Amino acid sequence: MIGAGKIKQYSNILEKPLNKGKQEVSLSAFAFLFSELVQYNQTQVDNIAELERRLEDAGYAVGARVLELLCHRDKGNRRETRLLGILSFVHSTVWKVLFGKVADSLEKGTEHEDEYMISEKDLLVNKFISVPKDMGTFNCGAFVAGIVRGVLDGAGFPAVVTAHFVPMEGLQRPRTTILIKFAEEVLQREARLG
Amino acid sequence: MAAIYSLYVINKSGGLIFYKDYGSKGRMDTNDSLRVASLWHSMHAISQQLSPTTGCTGIELLEADTFDLHCFQSLTGTKFFVVCEPGTQNMEDLLKAVYELYTDYVLKNPFYEMEMPIRCELFDINLTRAIQKDRVALLGR
Repeated sequence: MIGAGKIKQYSNILEKPLNKGKQEVSLSAFAFLFSELVQYNQTQVDNIAELERRLEDAGYAVGARVLELLCHRDKGNRRETRLLGILSFVHSTVWKVLFGKVADSLEKGTEHEDEYMISEKDLLVNKFISVPKDMGTFNCGAFVAGIVRGVLDGAGFPAVVTAHFVPMEGLQRPRTTILIKFAEEVLQREARLG
Repeated sequence: MAAIYSLYVINKSGGLIFYKDYGSKGRMDTNDSLRVASLWHSMHAISQQLSPTTGCTGIELLEADTFDLHCFQSLTGTKFFVVCEPGTQNMEDLLKAVYELYTDYVLKNPFYEMEMPIRCELFDINLTRAIQKDRVALLGR
């Protein structure tokens, strides 16, 4: 029978369903691409702070898009309005989609009310990267910090997000912590909502 | 008892980019290791010319009284060679494993310049782990 087994053709590209897409991407391909991204930005800047900022901006663009896509795909267009809700969304759903696993831990900062930390023993983007000693505390996880900032900004929780290396006893390499510092208005809104 | 004396990595122009020695024998200072590296590079190239058959890819094994030298050349011309005790088994597998570590932790590192000496922490850590595992496996047999 003609047409049996043929894929349904959509007259309008907008009607095509957003499928899940390929679940797996080659790690090596991503590692090389990310390495080139870092190298390209290194040629354009004069200092390390500028390089971190550029990586963060690159991540910001990814974060904004990831939020839109995940809200449609996984959450059925429901919007998070509470702080803990959006944090656990980032910690579980976003991490699962981007890195294939949930983040190692989500903690609340002890010193300040507005600080939260997502920790990861071995961040995927840093898997093959050894930062030379003369670059100090530079962390390519700034890219992931940018992604988190993009997601939070798009969801209405403006924050300053940075990536830090935290040395741990018992581990040869320091683990990476993404530090999220929410803006004043977020905390006020959270207090208002009770 | 199988033991590795030293490991060398040389780039396609013959310059030494990585040298590590294990064990008290065969320890060399920087200048000597550079000389050995360029010497081996030249010998490897000459051997390709000397071969009576075409398509020779160079020396893979050098056996002497007190040591063996196994060499692995990648398709890009980077050579990995290891000086070890005579009769050590599985050196080719070890060299292939080192090559894999090289492609992972050196080539994917944005701060590594091609053909320059390797200064990557992750490469060192994983290399030590691979050599240890190899040593343990050999002891266990």
